[in-house]
Amino acid sequence: MKQHTDTILYLDSVSVSFDGFKAINNLSLYIEQGELRAIIGPNGAGKTTMMDIITGKTRPDTGTVLFNGDTALTELDEAAIANLGIGRKFQKPTVFEHHTVFDNLELSLKGNRTPFESLFFKLKTEQRDRIDDVLKTINLQDARNQEAGSLSHGQKQWLEIGMLLMQDPDLLLVDEPVAGMTDAETIETARLLKDISKNHSVIVVEHDMDFVKSLDCRVNVLHEGSVLAEGSLDLVQSNPEVIEVYLGR
Amino acid sequence: MIRQPFILRILQDRLASFILGLLLLSAFLVPALNLYVSPESALHVPSYVVTLLGKYLTYALLALSVDLVWGYCGILSLGHGAFFALGGYAMGMHMMRQIGDRGVYGDPVLPDFMVFLDWKELPWYWYGFDNFGFALLMVLLVPGLLAFIFGWFAFRSRVTGVYLSIITQAMTYALLLAFFRNDMGFGGNNGLTDFKDILGFDLKSDGMRASLFFLSAMAVIFGYFVCKFIVESRLGRVIIAIRDAESRARFLGYRVEYYKLFVFVVSAVLAGIAGALYVPQVGIINPSEFAPANSIEIVIWVALGGRGTLIGPIIGALVVNYAKTYFTGALPEIWLYMLGGLFILTTLFLPKGITGTESIAQSFENYRLKLARWLRPHDFPDLNKEPAE
Amino acid sequence: MTILSKFSWLALFAVLVAFTAPVQNVAHADEFSKIVQTLNTKSKKKLGKAIDAVVATGDERAVPVLEALLEGKLFYRKTDNQVFITEKSGKVYLLTDPSTGKEIGEATRKEAKKIGINNRLRGQLKGALGGMTLMSPDAEKRLKAANDVFKAGDPAMLKILKKALLREEDGTVKERMNRALAAIELEHAKDLQIRLLAVQKLGEYTDPEVAALLNKIIAGTKDEQLIASATETLSDVESSLASWAIVGNLFQGVSLGSVLLLAAVGLAITFGVMGVINMAHGEMVMLGAYTTFMVQEVFRNYFPGAFDWSLLVALPAAFLVTGLVGIAIERGIIRWLYGRPLETLLATWGLSLVLQQIIRSFFGPTNQEVGNPSWMSGAIETSTGLVLTYNRIWIILFSLAVIALLAVIARRTMFGLQMRAVTQNRAMANSMGIRSGWVDALTFALGSGIAGIAGVALSQIDNVSPNLGQSYIIDSFMVVVFGGVGNLWGTLVGAFSLGIANKFMEPYAGAVLGKILVLVGIILFIQKRPRGLFALKGRAVEA
Repeated sequence: MKQHTDTILYLDSVSVSFDGFKAINNLSLYIEQGELRAIIGPNGAGKTTMMDIITGKTRPDTGTVLFNGDTALTELDEAAIANLGIGRKFQKPTVFEHHTVFDNLELSLKGNRTPFESLFFKLKTEQRDRIDDVLKTINLQDARNQEAGSLSHGQKQWLEIGMLLMQDPDLLLVDEPVAGMTDAETIETARLLKDISKNHSVIVVEHDMDFVKSLDCRVNVLHEGSVLAEGSLDLVQSNPEVIEVYLGR
Repeated sequence: MIRQPFILRILQDRLASFILGLLLLSAFLVPALNLYVSPESALHVPSYVVTLLGKYLTYALLALSVDLVWGYCGILSLGHGAFFALGGYAMGMHMMRQIGDRGVYGDPVLPDFMVFLDWKELPWYWYGFDNFGFALLMVLLVPGLLAFIFGWFAFRSRVTGVYLSIITQAMTYALLLAFFRNDMGFGGNNGLTDFKDILGFDLKSDGMRASLFFLSAMAVIFGYFVCKFIVESRLGRVIIAIRDAESRARFLGYRVEYYKLFVFVVSAVLAGIAGALYVPQVGIINPSEFAPANSIEIVIWVALGGRGTLIGPIIGALVVNYAKTYFTGALPEIWLYMLGGLFILTTLFLPKGITGTESIAQSFENYRLKLARWLRPHDFPDLNKEPAE
Repeated sequence: MTILSKFSWLALFAVLVAFTAPVQNVAHADEFSKIVQTLNTKSKKKLGKAIDAVVATGDERAVPVLEALLEGKLFYRKTDNQVFITEKSGKVYLLTDPSTGKEIGEATRKEAKKIGINNRLRGQLKGALGGMTLMSPDAEKRLKAANDVFKAGDPAMLKILKKALLREEDGTVKERMNRALAAIELEHAKDLQIRLLAVQKLGEYTDPEVAALLNKIIAGTKDEQLIASATETLSDVESSLASWAIVGNLFQGVSLGSVLLLAAVGLAITFGVMGVINMAHGEMVMLGAYTTFMVQEVFRNYFPGAFDWSLLVALPAAFLVTGLVGIAIERGIIRWLYGRPLETLLATWGLSLVLQQIIRSFFGPTNQEVGNPSWMSGAIETSTGLVLTYNRIWIILFSLAVIALLAVIARRTMFGLQMRAVTQNRAMANSMGIRSGWVDALTFALGSGIAGIAGVALSQIDNVSPNLGQSYIIDSFMVVVFGGVGNLWGTLVGAFSLGIANKFMEPYAGAVLGKILVLVGIILFIQKRPRGLFALKGRAVEA
């Protein structure tokens, strides 16, 4: 077993069930500092529930979830976990539709989370520069004053990634980032995520095999709430059990 | 993007500055026309009209407070009437103590209803209300505290949407039942009434009525600025974010429950102030103010005026209440049809309210420009050349 | 000679009896009318004695006389001081002879004067009348008589009571007579032993009246032995009364629960399946009650003989009326607001105001007269003070039947299957070819229809006025919120637990405070389980 002190995320024998249905069944998973990891698996494998557990939305029935090797996440709520440095992008792009792109990013700025700080908040020059940087990174400079609700699906996905960047988390959880994107956008997103992974740890959940391939990273296959296989994409794709799961039914 | 100074941003909102200007003007003009213009003159505003308008203004403040939580934070409170009533009761208790020995039974300490119930001592929670400052503090504190306790429980366990609406309704209903009880010590069914004066000024005097009107108008303006400051701050953007995507806000690290609690308490305090201004003007506060139907009615003022606009609810409250006064007087049968119809038609056809609807706002705008050009021809561009926005 | 003479003696005796019987009767009649004449006295004390004398004749003609006296219909004629039973007819009184029962003319108001009585005499009369009917062939009358004698506690009844007891065969009546006997002995016997025995006998009755009597005795006597015995017995009686009171509360609670269930179950359907908060649900109940009223009006006017069947007609009628109104609401308003639950709430609230006002315009704001059919009136009454009214029992059964029916619809019919499919995953149901629009409309119609038949039931126990629905809407919401959404079982448990909680709180906290406590309890409960007692769990719920 791996020493959990050098992990950014450490899940050990985690289980959770809903009305008798085991959504996560004795799941163990370790992500190292600075790693880019892809998680694949058929529908209902428990990918999103796993994200829910890591981000505090769902409490596991049993098991350990450690962040940075020492902080137990199972005791904390979403906001506390987010402030620890875990950012999450939802499967369905979720941005603040009635705010401008700029405001969406500004709200995601690191720090300043209490109501009173917010009430008397004034944007500093370096913070504005940071927002401009991210706008450039996600290629939405021209849409900065547009309402987020009016963006295209792909743009919303990017805006949400941009919001994660503004949070500057240590660990990013990215749920199906390229769903509904054009090929060009997909390639661009893969480049973006790889870029981000240079100085962040990233977990990507995705169905799109080409996209996962282009990430060129370690892959976990999730099935019925636990890890079925782990390794490079080529390795897991040649695993007969994985083939069984994906094609057998 | 550079944000302009606060006051400038308000002035940019033309409808808002028009309405606020009108409020400010009437805050001085209406009392003046009442007090200093002889009753024979066509310009004279009779006292009952002053009081009626004052009542509408307290409703406008109440609508504003509901808009802050509903329009901006997505919390549809069907219990704001409770905060309004509590503020009113706090004020009523002060005025009750002010009656002193001038009551029917002439007891120097106990209000009439307590003598009637054969109570010997003032209940502890009536202590201090003889002091005006204390009463004012309670006007703010009691609704605020109730909102805090209620919100603390509700928001922490993430009761949202219609569930929240229903339990806010249950809250005001429970208070309605409680205040109906004689042994609660708030006058039971009849509530508190027969008020005489505040700070030694006779409540029935024209001067007092005009002052209350003035205070109500100023309270609406004050409430507007408080709300505007909140919604224009980053906190305002956070609560809108919470309204639109609550879990996104959580995953960004915002403690949603604290934000909700903050606006809910501020809103309750505003509602309490409105109630405290309302009671001396109508001269009575009784448990019916807690009735769930009243609280829902506030919501329609907001919906009609345009939620999430701040100025809309003020207009909505004034329009609906004027209509109510007019129709319940002229065609009482018709009014409930109208009110019911208003709920249905507004939600179906005017989801943004009248101010949120382009054409009406635009016609207001045109009217304002016309008026402005007529007053100051050089400062304003030609209406016909005004570029469409 | 011996045989003959014996025979002849017997024959002679027979003849004598045959002859003397009518003679005796006549003499008796004379005596009776004489005794009746003694009732004509101004002294209440003498009148009391006279009443006892009338009772002591044991004559059955005494009953109408005493009844007349009790009802203030016994008069005497000023001219000859004769006593008559009178019946007012216009401006004159028709006079009836108390001994013959024949009408013998009339008297003006000036000629006749009423024999007045006071409260003490009234009690005595009631007891006496009770005693007179103790031997009535009708068991129900005897039961009532035994109860009256108990209440009057008149020692004059002792003899007749004992006599009646000897020939009594009905167990319940006998028990009641024994109770009356013990009560009289306890109150009036001189002998301490008899009184102590009576206390013991009374201890067998779980009866609020017995408790009251014992209390009175304890307060009234100085005998310590009697006080001790009575006190002990009293506490026994009171404790068993308390347990019966629990049964009574339970019934009241279950009854309230069934009412809440009826009012809430339709709401649970529309809320559970469609996520629609229908604030006009209470008005659907109200429309159901008014339909009942209309149906009963038709029966009253055209088929008065079949009035007992009116509710059976009202049920489908109410279902149809409110169901159709429901479809109209769904198609006209609600379907435009799907996905905007708060707006739906407001629009349906507006609708509720309009519906109330429509009813007010047509029927007026006052209560309408809705009758109970004969099989729903009356009550099961027990000696323990427990009263189970038939209408409430019927409503409890009816509410359970409705739930059972709904469960069958949900589980066993195609519509139920589609309804459940839409509840669980609307998008998927759509893609399976289920027209979710129609399912919505029919579901809403079903929910409204159920509200309508709830209105039929409520019209039997509540005032039928335009505000009928208002009084149930908040409670119904509480049931749905408490029980959990989209779950009939949750609604059932929610309704009955709230009903019972309310009724058990009432004796300690009072009705209003009890209700407040229940409301506060629910507000706190929903903090712990924001989605109710029987909530669906898992990811799908929050999607």
